[in-house]
Amino acid sequence: MSMTQLKDHWQEQRMFLGRLLAAAVIIILLAGLLVYRLVDLQVVHFEHFSRLSQGNRVRLEPVPPVRGLLFDRNGQMLADNLPVYQLELVPEQVKDIEGTLAELVALGLVQTDDLPRIRAQIRSQRRFEPTVLRHRLGHEEAARFAVHRPRFPGIDIQARLARQYPLGGSASHVIGYVGAVSEGDLQRLDVANYAGTAQTGRIGAERAWEHLLHGSTGHRQVLVNAQGRKLQELDRHDAVPGRNVYLTIDLALQAAAEEALQGRRGSVVALDPRNGHVLALVSMPGYDPNLFSRGISTAQYRALQNDIDQPLFNRALRGQYPPGSTIKPILALAGLHYGVVHGADTIFCRGWFSLPNHSHRYRDWKKTGHGTVNLKESVAQSCDVYYYRLAVSLGIERMQHFLGLFGLGHPTGIDIPGEQPGLVPSREWKRGAFRQPQDQAWFPGETVITGIGQGYMLATPLQLAQAAAILGNRGQGFRPTLLAGLENPTTGEREDFVPEPLPPLNLSPRHVEEAVDSMVAVMHGPRGTARASARGSQWTIAGKTGTAQVIGIAQGEEYDEDKVDERHRPHALFISFAPAENPRIAVGVLVENGASGSGVAAPIARIVMDHWLSRGTD
Amino acid sequence: MAVSQSVFGERHSLSLSRRIMTGLKLDAPLLAGLVMICGFGLVVLWSASGQDSGLLMRQLVRLGLAFAVMVALAQVPPKVLRLWSPWLFTAGLALLVVVMFVGDFGKGAQRWLDLGIVRFQPSEIMKLAVPMMAAWYLHDRPLPPRFLELLVLLSLVALPAFLIVQQPDLGTALLVASAGLLVVLLGGLRLRLIVLLGAVGASLAPVLWHFMHDYQRLRVLTFFNPESDPLGAGYHIIQSKIAIGSGGLFGKGWGNGSQAQLEFLPERSTDFIFAVLGEEFGLIGLALLMGSYLFLIGRGLYIALQAQDTYTRLLAGSISLTFFVYVFVNTGMVTGLLPVVGVPLPLISYGGTSMVTLMAGFGILMAINGHRNLLAR
Repeated sequence: MSMTQLKDHWQEQRMFLGRLLAAAVIIILLAGLLVYRLVDLQVVHFEHFSRLSQGNRVRLEPVPPVRGLLFDRNGQMLADNLPVYQLELVPEQVKDIEGTLAELVALGLVQTDDLPRIRAQIRSQRRFEPTVLRHRLGHEEAARFAVHRPRFPGIDIQARLARQYPLGGSASHVIGYVGAVSEGDLQRLDVANYAGTAQTGRIGAERAWEHLLHGSTGHRQVLVNAQGRKLQELDRHDAVPGRNVYLTIDLALQAAAEEALQGRRGSVVALDPRNGHVLALVSMPGYDPNLFSRGISTAQYRALQNDIDQPLFNRALRGQYPPGSTIKPILALAGLHYGVVHGADTIFCRGWFSLPNHSHRYRDWKKTGHGTVNLKESVAQSCDVYYYRLAVSLGIERMQHFLGLFGLGHPTGIDIPGEQPGLVPSREWKRGAFRQPQDQAWFPGETVITGIGQGYMLATPLQLAQAAAILGNRGQGFRPTLLAGLENPTTGEREDFVPEPLPPLNLSPRHVEEAVDSMVAVMHGPRGTARASARGSQWTIAGKTGTAQVIGIAQGEEYDEDKVDERHRPHALFISFAPAENPRIAVGVLVENGASGSGVAAPIARIVMDHWLSRGTD
Repeated sequence: MAVSQSVFGERHSLSLSRRIMTGLKLDAPLLAGLVMICGFGLVVLWSASGQDSGLLMRQLVRLGLAFAVMVALAQVPPKVLRLWSPWLFTAGLALLVVVMFVGDFGKGAQRWLDLGIVRFQPSEIMKLAVPMMAAWYLHDRPLPPRFLELLVLLSLVALPAFLIVQQPDLGTALLVASAGLLVVLLGGLRLRLIVLLGAVGASLAPVLWHFMHDYQRLRVLTFFNPESDPLGAGYHIIQSKIAIGSGGLFGKGWGNGSQAQLEFLPERSTDFIFAVLGEEFGLIGLALLMGSYLFLIGRGLYIALQAQDTYTRLLAGSISLTFFVYVFVNTGMVTGLLPVVGVPLPLISYGGTSMVTLMAGFGILMAINGHRNLLAR
């Protein structure tokens, strides 16, 4: 054994030597190839590459486009571009960056809060590229800097265009705002096209039509010296400005709705039922979008976020509330459609309802009951018992399907981002929504309370307006849209957006008219719940009030408005359209803790409809 | 008296330093070459980073750590290394699998493992663990290996390489695979089989292409025609050729390379630092660097030749030759001879983990050299 191994060992060493020699030869050949290449580059073609390297003194710079403007439907300005002064620092021209920053802080030109951001930016950028110290200097600040300018080589004031919202807080939830382009934005945006862009749409219309508003970036060739400083502009390809966007909003109507809602938390959405145009979209309280476009400070942002009234929360699109009685006309129509009830059928309401073999009493809002009511009166007086019974006859699955036809329980598809879907419960939904098996079963009592829009059901103010619009337009709905048209700012060419009809609902016109009539009775009938809000109206109004409980009231307990904390009062809701026979406007109103649909929400809708209709046909 | 004393003192100090060197198992020629290259590297990095002293300090700390690792590994007898080999390989393989599931994403590739204090790439371990494993597998088998043994060897190399390609890190996978394959080649793979394997490899190229990521395909495509995409992927190669070419024979001078200083050259302190060197120090500087590299490799091969058993012989040979692969892949890429794969210039590029692995490799070489006499006795 040892003999063979020794022999192997010796042979192996010889072979290894051979292999190493071969490797050395290969190494020398490859190194030779590399040297040959280097000689080729550095000696043979030295002149060529030297020229190219000289040519590299020409740098390509982006020219940011002018952002498109935002207008309302009548051409009123919603978002503008304003020249502002921006304080910039070029790192390579500043010897002592920390010292300079400290001096600028002492002069009140740079905020201490911004220093970490500025330092991070200086580190991440090229040394000859300017870092923005302040996005907007006031005139007084610009003057103060001008006085001290000689002390600050490498710091300069640059004029640029910044977004300005002339309305301040009005229509803020529609317009949205722009903010500084962040690392995250560059993941989804075309980096090359945003090379020179400082701000991008964050929310609302600014975000929804960012691709149209932004335009395309141009570029220019500049000659730089060996230190990278610009000497001369050699060539220029201008940027293509973004398109002007016209929204369907009517600013005067929007302002009227905002004023009507003033001092409350809530939302008003007005749609044109004939094309889905959003005429007004209010969420109160609002905020000043200029805060964001100017670069909001952390403290300001935190204050807005922690505000108990949630001014940043777009209630119109994102607030999900129990729709309460506002869905009764649609359920009445469902009853007619499925042949479960006829308009003339009556029930006797004694103030409560019980399921067969159950003792639990589902109470009517009117303790003494409504007496004998037919379908029309059930809507006009908002009789709960009628809908408890109707819900049981319809069953939850049919209710869910039919409410879905009117835009409830799924996003309406409005063209600005952030919309919530609301919720229309069903057996299937409940199985998926709860983890415990005992919670997954659907109880008959849950069908009963869905009949008056309580329980699990949720809708956004936009969905309420959309349901009213679809019914008002006799079953022909449109996707709600805020985009009226686009304008090329250079040529002035305008292009109108064509509304997108939803698939028509195949409902019997007779049934639809019965449902509309019942809503007219709410406003104009002798016992209509909102008849006070229709007094003296030039137009026939169709409406429905709603009051949605925020906290549950125990069996047998009395509801006493005075005793309840303001934030625990029920929400007030109202849906309507007018003129009832051929509606030109549909309105959904929600007032958080407004307590009364007829007393608080309906008058707001009346103001909005009067404002719009009194202008005559448009 | 005074003269003799000084002569005595000199002699004494010389023998003292020599005693330290042999006591620590350090190899003077290797150490001299390493210090020279690293020193030159720091000089170039200062310029390539745009005189960033913070960056230079971080690199110095890394160098210190890497030298410490080298000295520590030089103390480990090769016999111990051999016993460790399968365990190190298994652990590295396990970490590679772990990193596939819980790795951090750095620059879009999943190759980092976060240990709380340090983040490191398990694929770096494999640069040494794979040749160690291959050498361990062959150390008590008669050479050249038989066909079945060869298949085992190839799968030992292919498995970690495949896992690293998945991360995706083509450059490291290439180095790991070549470190393993070099052991096999040095182990006496027959010429016929080399040709056969070459043919199989070439026919596998389309399959590899199929598994490549889009950015990797783009790099290969732009390698064949860099001018096709001057502002995209071809930009690297064009700008680096301009940098090297415009450096000429003597260079533009330290800190005066307009390509590097005006940042036309991308990745100037990492993968493309060779171009900065070429621009500022010219052909002379590059030749000096290449000479130093070849000196290190030559010394490594000499150590391999002097090694006394199969394991150390194969390992030392593979470490030295892999170092050349390292140098050639980077310089070939920067000069436009090879496609752009993310391989740093050894001992010079800014960056952490690869520096430590390289020095660990030199530590092993020194251990193989330094423990030789003990084994002979």
